[in-house]
Amino acid sequence: MLSKHSLPVKAMKVSLEKTVEQTAAKHAASQGGLLPCLHEIQSELGYIPNTHLENIATAFSLSTAEVHGVVSFYHDFRTSPSAPQSIQICCAEACQASGSRELEAGVADVLGVEFDETHPTDNYRLERVYCLGNCACGPSVRINDEVYGRVELASLPQLVTEALQP
Amino acid sequence: MTITVYISQDTTALAVGADRVATAFVQAAHNAEFSYTLVRNGSRGAFGLEPLIEIEMGVQGRLAFGPVSVSDVPSLVSAITDGEYDCHPNYLGPVNTIPWLENQTRITFKRCGEGDPTDLANYRALGGYRGLDRALTLSPQAIVDEIKVSGLRGRGGAAFPTGIKWQTVLDAQGEQKYIVCNADEGDSGTFADRLLMEADPYQLIEGMTISGLAVGATKGFIYLRSEYPRAQKMLEKAIDVAVAEGYLGADLCGSGQRFELEVRMGAGSYICGEETALLNSLEGKRGVVRAKPPLPAIEGLFGKPTVVNNVLTLASVSSILADGGAEYARHGVDRSKGTMPLQLAGNIKNGGLIEVPFGVSLNKVINEWGGGTRSGRPVRAVQVGGPLGSYLSSDQLDVPLTYEVLAELGGMLGHGGIVVFDDTVDMAKQAHFAMDFCAKESCGKCTPCRIGAVRGREVLDRVVDSTASSNDLILLRDLCETMEQASLCAMGGLTPLPVKSAMDNFPEDFGVTDNPYEVAV
Repeated sequence: MLSKHSLPVKAMKVSLEKTVEQTAAKHAASQGGLLPCLHEIQSELGYIPNTHLENIATAFSLSTAEVHGVVSFYHDFRTSPSAPQSIQICCAEACQASGSRELEAGVADVLGVEFDETHPTDNYRLERVYCLGNCACGPSVRINDEVYGRVELASLPQLVTEALQP
Repeated sequence: MTITVYISQDTTALAVGADRVATAFVQAAHNAEFSYTLVRNGSRGAFGLEPLIEIEMGVQGRLAFGPVSVSDVPSLVSAITDGEYDCHPNYLGPVNTIPWLENQTRITFKRCGEGDPTDLANYRALGGYRGLDRALTLSPQAIVDEIKVSGLRGRGGAAFPTGIKWQTVLDAQGEQKYIVCNADEGDSGTFADRLLMEADPYQLIEGMTISGLAVGATKGFIYLRSEYPRAQKMLEKAIDVAVAEGYLGADLCGSGQRFELEVRMGAGSYICGEETALLNSLEGKRGVVRAKPPLPAIEGLFGKPTVVNNVLTLASVSSILADGGAEYARHGVDRSKGTMPLQLAGNIKNGGLIEVPFGVSLNKVINEWGGGTRSGRPVRAVQVGGPLGSYLSSDQLDVPLTYEVLAELGGMLGHGGIVVFDDTVDMAKQAHFAMDFCAKESCGKCTPCRIGAVRGREVLDRVVDSTASSNDLILLRDLCETMEQASLCAMGGLTPLPVKSAMDNFPEDFGVTDNPYEVAV
């Protein structure tokens, strides 16, 4: 479980609800405020709890189904807790041209984690991404908010060790 | 003598080690008791030379060293302190004489890499805000006319004449109008928007402000993809400074005119680069494509008249207003006026951003600027115009890059992305990826795209597995035709371009050497 959320269960529920309600109230008045609201909730909690979509819907005068529709449309939003760190391998054309297909095929073996899963010990999630805008120096890998270029499969484990926060 | 050292903070420069080089430089300079000012500038886009260090001292101007690795730094610092910098192996000469940069025609990207991107005084010193100064003296119609004279067409990919779009919004009735900047640069192989936002954010802010004055809009949104966190930081900082200095807000430069600007983040959806899906997303909805009409210019964001333009289109506006539309139209050929920022990417030795007048040959870009493939193997395929653009074969590269010529070839110039593949590429896999990506990213609104892409992927599964029959390829052509003719937006409508061009230009990768149409007959 995430250390950030290692509160007693009851306190956690109260704090979840409070965060969701306060964030929703803050954004409900601004035009098109739902996406900024969802981004902020996810950045605070690590995910957007399905159990609290109703609170968001109430604040925005929407139905819960409408909020669910928005949350489920966008790849960025998650409805279950996730590892606090992420490694994204760019799998789009420009990176394919410079070797990302090999990276994509071999990454699970060298890192010991499958795509869309959390590493058993290192607390990060491995994901695919489609373009990081580093297309002249691919293949690109993003570790948290930093992008790395010309990444080779052989050097990836060391890069990951250096770049992940302890 | 004051010495200024420039090391870029651009995403790609950092991705190849600019921060490590900067740290090493600070350490080496400290050890050598070398005194200087460090500026973290944007990138000039010569990514083959990054990490690039520029050193400005006295009359020599700005001297360039690149690509610099951490281990090069100590010898570089001693070469500078000893005055023998021109013998250093990384020495490239004065930055403005590097052929890669010198042979470009930089208008939109002229300031990129010159200084600290959020230094407003520096922006002004480099000619920034001259366009807004002039726009504030003109009537809205006169601003729109200037854009029409420039011949500027949308740089996002669709190439619609910007002046006509603005005229429609200017003529539309409405208390509230909006300017929306499409900064959802999702096309693989493109990074010009990102580079500009990270290196020269005020130019975009200025262009949007001018656009607001032209059509009578008081509020603008930049819709930025979430994959660009560095651009977000840069834009938000620049907006704060512009507000503080009176270049945004309720009283633009004391003129009494209002324009406010906000950055809104996307959430990882490719389709939100389509303008109507983008508008829905900005409204806080699912990024589903809207049917047109009504055009966004008439009923756009929140149902109000809205200009939706790409980053480069809006950025170009500031120099068009500063120097006049006629000056801009002097560049280019035919109905492709001005300059086009091309982005050279993929398997390429010297990739990066190349701003040139329309009409430069693709071969020249790949071989002269790019220096051929990074792997050193022969070029086999080039995808021009992003994931929805055609795959050209190596014998089709001797073409001038204009909207018209690419369209004649059955392709498109799009947002100017050029992705080079060497001879190890399997084009059936590339076609498979195009359908797979469309299936994943389709908004689901229209059937040809939502279901056609899935069926297309299934056929290509068989092609990649070598279990396809020639009937499969006939089916694939049929699916492509349906998607092209009947999809609501460009995503479904153009996904067949890479698929069909891969089949046409590289039939040997699809398990049949005969023409599938002949088989059908």
